[in-house]
Amino acid sequence: MSRFRLVPDSIDGVAEKRRLEAAGAGACVIFEGWVRNHNQGRAVQRLDYQAYAPLASSEGEAILDAAVDRFKLRAAAAVHRSGSLVVGDMAVWVGVSADHRDAAFAACRWIIDEIKLRVPIWKNEHYIDGESGWLHPDNTPADGGR
Amino acid sequence: MKFRLLYFASLADCAGCAAESVDARASDLASLYDEVRQRHDFNLDRERLRVAVNGHIVAWDHPLNEDDEIVFLPPVSGG
Repeated sequence: MSRFRLVPDSIDGVAEKRRLEAAGAGACVIFEGWVRNHNQGRAVQRLDYQAYAPLASSEGEAILDAAVDRFKLRAAAAVHRSGSLVVGDMAVWVGVSADHRDAAFAACRWIIDEIKLRVPIWKNEHYIDGESGWLHPDNTPADGGR
Repeated sequence: MKFRLLYFASLADCAGCAAESVDARASDLASLYDEVRQRHDFNLDRERLRVAVNGHIVAWDHPLNEDDEIVFLPPVSGG
């Protein structure tokens, strides 16, 4: 099974966590990214994720493979949503297991940062006032929006 | 040369479509972007984009072949 998956439906964090089980692991760190109701001072109602799926999958897989190698992980997995999400939904789930906590914390942080930097997924925020806009990695509005 | 172009996020909004087939004068990626940018009035500078050919991220001097699938990638915002 792929370490990275792009899914159109809600993420089951409990089921995903089972993918990390390993007898040699003494630490498990999980990051969940949720849709919040505000960004840059504006009230957010919902958001849409658009992805270039084949490349998102291969880039995500490459990040997780590199993390396993770099941080000597027992297991690593990540799931990212596509489609339409509302406030409170889980947008991304990242989990790792390792022999010790230092590697697990560092790897989990590194993976989510790399996903946000490299994986071709774009967020379109819809605001309470009816406007919407594509965002850049630092969560500021894209000037390409119309 | 004929290419298949896919558009995402703000570029798709500007182009008014998610994909198009083009018969371009350009034979390299940089001039191809300039060509479609002019036609669709894209306002993202090329320096801000990455580019993928046939599902792989490539450098801007990557050689092009007939029927390549090309995606100009705006700055991403997943997570």
